[in-house]
Amino acid sequence: MSKHNLIEIKNLHASVEDIEILKGINLEVGVGEVHAIMGPNGSGKSTLANVIAGRPGYSVTEGEIIYEGDNILAKEPEIRARAGIFLAFQYPVELPGVRTWQFLKAAVDAIRKENGDEEMGVRDFDKLLEEKRQLVEMDPDLVKRSVNEGFSGGEKKRNEILQLALLDPKLALLDETDSGLDIDALRIVSEGVNNFKGPQKSVLLVTHYQRILDYISPDYVHVLVDGKIVKSGGAELALELEQKGYEWIRESTGTEVQT
Amino acid sequence: MVTNASEVDHYASDFKQLQALNDNNWVSPIRSHAMETFAGIGLPTTRKGNEKWKYTNVAPIARIPFALSSSSNTSIDVIKSVAPWSDSWTNVVFVNGFYRKDLSDQSDEFELTNLAELIEERIPVENLGSLTDISDDGFAALNTSFLQDGIVLKVGKGKTVEFPINVVFFSDGSPSTVAHPRIFVKAGRGSSVSVIENYVGGGGDYSLTNSVSEILVEEDAVVNHYRFLSESEHTYDVGYGRVKLSDNSVFNSRSFFKGANIGRYDLNVLIDGEYASCDLQGLYFTSGDQHMDNFINIDHAKPYGTSNLFYKGILDGKSRAVFGGTVLVRKPAQKTDSVQSDKNLILSADAEVDSKPALFIYADDVKCAHGATAGNVDADTLFYMRSRGIDLETASRLLIYGFAGEVIDKVEIPELRDFLEEAFLTSLPSYKFEF
Ligand SMILES: Nc1ncnc2c1ncn2[C@@H]1O[C@H](COP(=O)(O)OP(=O)(O)OP(=O)(O)O)[C@@H](O)[C@H]1O
Ligand SMILES: [Mg+2]
Repeated sequence: MSKHNLIEIKNLHASVEDIEILKGINLEVGVGEVHAIMGPNGSGKSTLANVIAGRPGYSVTEGEIIYEGDNILAKEPEIRARAGIFLAFQYPVELPGVRTWQFLKAAVDAIRKENGDEEMGVRDFDKLLEEKRQLVEMDPDLVKRSVNEGFSGGEKKRNEILQLALLDPKLALLDETDSGLDIDALRIVSEGVNNFKGPQKSVLLVTHYQRILDYISPDYVHVLVDGKIVKSGGAELALELEQKGYEWIRESTGTEVQT
Repeated sequence: MVTNASEVDHYASDFKQLQALNDNNWVSPIRSHAMETFAGIGLPTTRKGNEKWKYTNVAPIARIPFALSSSSNTSIDVIKSVAPWSDSWTNVVFVNGFYRKDLSDQSDEFELTNLAELIEERIPVENLGSLTDISDDGFAALNTSFLQDGIVLKVGKGKTVEFPINVVFFSDGSPSTVAHPRIFVKAGRGSSVSVIENYVGGGGDYSLTNSVSEILVEEDAVVNHYRFLSESEHTYDVGYGRVKLSDNSVFNSRSFFKGANIGRYDLNVLIDGEYASCDLQGLYFTSGDQHMDNFINIDHAKPYGTSNLFYKGILDGKSRAVFGGTVLVRKPAQKTDSVQSDKNLILSADAEVDSKPALFIYADDVKCAHGATAGNVDADTLFYMRSRGIDLETASRLLIYGFAGEVIDKVEIPELRDFLEEAFLTSLPSYKFEF
């Protein structure tokens, strides 16, 4: 049975200001799969997620990103988003004065427009937003405030998951969405991701901790070190890493691990 | 001090004519004294080393021999199309500086008279001019030399005026004319009132509006003051506002600038009572080759005062904005709490802002903070929005509106807020990042 891939990353090299950060990444994520990416600080995990989402400022010097059969490297970030790629930011951005409601409605409408649908009616949108807000147990007052402005770290992460639920993409790139969460918030965020998961959805989850993987069991775990995936395995790899640390990777793969 | 003689000559014959109209009147000596003062100091261009006018060149204004404007029969519809308006408000209309009784509302809730009538009836206005130092400001001296019309509003003790008093100074844009409106407000002890001052124009070239407002806020009184300036791109507007706060009083100011070729707003709030507070906010949007200078000063002279200064600017085209002014905390003003900030969003590479808020503290037990920022829209911010499928144009519109909205949203009069939203949001560019 041949696997149906949602995204294929082939020999991806990316640099920032002439410094190479990704040094030949190869990764395939099949439809319905959950992949976890782990690796030491500064190894390039966020860079990978950002390059997939189309963040300006990185230059891809080699390789391809094939999403649903097309190379998306030349596409603007909003085009990628409308095609179903969603990035939950490691550091969500504050938008002073931009109301959360307005922002989310603009995002939902942009995606609907792409699919040839009309803008969503205000009442329908209110209903949808309220449903998703309850799902992530977000304080109703936060939705009335400016996007992420004055939100706590955990509230910002929940807001990312709220957006994931609302926009319902095909590929969720979750960049340390579990970092800085208390136990309850971790459960809520994990449930949000599990809710999203399904046979038609794929997840690429960047994390430093096993604890989120207890909730969201990954099909594959990859270890990224110095811009390369140095080891891949099943869910058990994360456990092994947690016990043995990155030093073990260095020894077992012969890679230099910089910390 | 050297004064350009021709600058004074421009005004001499009009001055003589005006004085002849009101012989032996209470205003005559006030005007004469002001004209003598003006002859001595002239307009700020002629003064050297003047920090107050460092970034604003008024030479274009000094050059023009403005004639005194005259009233015109502008219709109410024209005025309603450019100024905020609600039938529930008390609306007062001036055209080219002259009161239009036929277009204005009366009220017996408070004392509201036009200055021309008080001059005509020979009723002097107590305290008029008491907050204005004409020797320090050529424009204020000029305004006082031509004291002729404007409003005098007195709100009695303990009176809460429910609906705003909306004063519209409309100029029909007759070329090279000048109006010198005068506003005097006294909010009696424990009273509360909202006043909207509008300077709006219907186009036309090189006219000048040179206003002076004095606002006395007595003990426990609250004054909410709004100022909306939207004149044609060729007009000049210079505003001079002086406010004095007594014990426990509150002054809230919201200033909105959208148009004039050269605009200047010099606002000075003197905290002359204990536990008094002021909250001064402003939004200016400059485009083309407009120039706007906000010179906003707060003078804490008594203890336990609080002040908040929050101005925001959006700059486009080749426009220039200036934000100056100081928060002065005098020695007796212990326990003062003051915050000062000016933020600018710059949309074009040719626009420029000089933002120099300053803080002078002579008391030792105070809490003060200040800051100024100027920047373009940050790439991370745009990427965040785009990563949600939002196109650049919508993203930038949301950000620019959001930036402006932070000031507009706080306007507490719903009709006025709607008006300002419309006035600003329709003129702000939606996609304009040249960076
Ligand atoms: N815009 C940038 N400008 C300069 N350097 C950058 C930029 N983005 C990433 N880098 C550098 O690239 C390297 C990889 O960064 P990246 O954020 O991808 O790491 P990470 O694996 O996500 O780390 P962490 O676990 O700390 O989040 C780091 O050395 C970082 O400093
Ligand atoms: Mg990272």
